[in-house]
Amino acid sequence: MPEKPIQGEKRVFMTGNEVVAYAALTAQADIMYGYPITPQNEIMHYWTRMAPKYGKKFLQTEDELSAGFTTVGGVLAGRKAFTATAGPGNTLMQEPMSMAEAMRLPVVLIVQQRGGPSTATVIYSQQEVTMTTLGGNGEGLRIVYSTSDHQELFDYTIKAFNTAWKYRFPTFVLGDGYQAKMRESLTMYDPEEKGIELVKPEPYVGKPGVPGVDRAPGHYRNTYNVEEELYEVLQGYFKDYDRIAPEVTEYKEIAAGESDVVVVAHGVVARAAKAAVEELRAAGKKVGLFRPVTLRPLAEKELRQAANSAKRLLIVESAQGQLARLIKDAAYGCSAELHYLFKPGVGITAEEVVEKVQTIL
Amino acid sequence: MTVKPAMPKCWRVESKPHKFCPGCGHGIVLKALGEAIDELGIQDKVVFGCDIGCSLLAWDFFNVDTVQTHHGRTTPVITGIKRANPELIGVAYMGDGGGYAIGSQHLVNAAARNEKITVILVNNTQYGMTGGQMAPTTMPGQKTETSPYGRDPEATGYPTQGPEMVAAITRDGAYVARGTVANFKQLKGYIKKALENQLAGNGFSFVEALSLCPTNWRTNAAETWDFVEKQMTQYFKVGELKTPASKPEEAK
Ligand SMILES: Cc1ncc(C[n+]2csc(CCOP(=O)(O)OP(=O)(O)O)c2C)c(N)n1
Ligand code: SF4
Repeated sequence: MPEKPIQGEKRVFMTGNEVVAYAALTAQADIMYGYPITPQNEIMHYWTRMAPKYGKKFLQTEDELSAGFTTVGGVLAGRKAFTATAGPGNTLMQEPMSMAEAMRLPVVLIVQQRGGPSTATVIYSQQEVTMTTLGGNGEGLRIVYSTSDHQELFDYTIKAFNTAWKYRFPTFVLGDGYQAKMRESLTMYDPEEKGIELVKPEPYVGKPGVPGVDRAPGHYRNTYNVEEELYEVLQGYFKDYDRIAPEVTEYKEIAAGESDVVVVAHGVVARAAKAAVEELRAAGKKVGLFRPVTLRPLAEKELRQAANSAKRLLIVESAQGQLARLIKDAAYGCSAELHYLFKPGVGITAEEVVEKVQTIL
Repeated sequence: MTVKPAMPKCWRVESKPHKFCPGCGHGIVLKALGEAIDELGIQDKVVFGCDIGCSLLAWDFFNVDTVQTHHGRTTPVITGIKRANPELIGVAYMGDGGGYAIGSQHLVNAAARNEKITVILVNNTQYGMTGGQMAPTTMPGQKTETSPYGRDPEATGYPTQGPEMVAAITRDGAYVARGTVANFKQLKGYIKKALENQLAGNGFSFVEALSLCPTNWRTNAAETWDFVEKQMTQYFKVGELKTPASKPEEAK
């Protein structure tokens, strides 16, 4: 059996879904549980084609509730388990993801956003931000990476497994229909050859020895009968989350600290925003970019710095203010004036961003 | 000198006495399961999954690894564990609400896939934990909090025949039985066979256990046993419905 799907570096031209399947393989994921929904289907298609060659497994479940809960089971058994979904499937996924939050299980979920609400379009949107960052009942103790291009889909899918298993919070890669379906070039690599250590999974159940005799039994639950008991447990979780947040948060910026207008965008839309900012800067305008890579937790400190030094923030997204809500919350009390360009479920071009910036400069 | 009743070895002493209401059937089913685990010597391999419903009270019942999940999702959680590590023996333990109402799709599909897990479903003809509402297994004429005049099958259907359904949709290699807490030895035998079936890697194993809920039935001791032995058995026939004797033939 070949050990590694990628050796050395390999320049490729492929769809985002194919990239995710390769990335999961190179991250040494063990098992995928899945249920079909566009635009993420090909993650399963590629995975099922490659999996047996590398001793990996797959189960197609009856729905996303089951796909999420079997993934939870896979992680409990100590395997790097993952699943992928979109739109209404993401809605159903929130129940198992809440359980993963309750038990701090390192499940990995790839979301390729489509239009919403409900079935909407199968193409593209950024309308799953609120649900993916804060979806389940509770406080949203999870980590969400928003990718912009195929290279990042590869990098952050690998990283998601590491982050999940290192910090033991469910971890999401938030892509979209464009990233899922279009072809783009990127460099694939074997992470270990690049010095990226792959965090090893560990079983929660089925460890060696007889429980109660050689070791304590693992008793995992998400129900508490006393308010104070839950409160105590959650205090620990919040503390852990706050402690790891500075290590986990990622963002990218262009002169966000020294611009009059800072464009804030994430995911694919950040590519249009970046092109617009570069064009405006070439024309001598003081325009910057702030791009959160982790949407949860958010790089709050850095965002606040930008929001205090710029006169205006322009939040651009293919949703009706889902990113804006996170930004407003994080930048509360900062001096910048807020402006918006919202196009829910529709792509945004660099020209549109340039035009909008010019009206508020 | 007080003589303590013998507990199965795999029971967790620290969490006894258990948290079920006095006279509840869950304890009897869990005793049957405990003895079966002891006799098969699989305490180190069993992963016990319990649902929401009174079964959740068993989250620290055994000295075996245990996962308590949401209402109806125990079957996929145990399926996920078993698929990820086939060495383990997965037991999904749930009520009739968890298994036949909210989680029915999971039961149906796990059975249809012949998942190599063991599902033990406790049928107490109503929703215990939430205070005695109608369940898929509530019998015609039976009064519950949400069928206060008695269940009317014209309006809400007849009781779900779970083992019959599972027997119908599973392939050979499955084991399906219905036992009752009124016949402990037989129930334990069924549970043991269900575990053996999983150990042998044959296929899906399913045991429904007719059980007691004196709290919500509002019955005294004599009426409780009368209900389970005489009334429930009119609708729910006790016995083995499918054994794995005949393995699936190779398709020709
Ligand atoms: C999604 C969801 N819906 C409803 C509930 C509330 N709930 C908790 S236990 C229960 C009924 C359990 O009845 P059953 O499965 O028959 O088990 P029993 O308590 O009788 O053992 C319900 C409806 C829940 N916890 N989760
Ligand atoms: S409510 Fe009924 S099923 Fe639940 S613990 Fe009490 S007696 Fe048992």
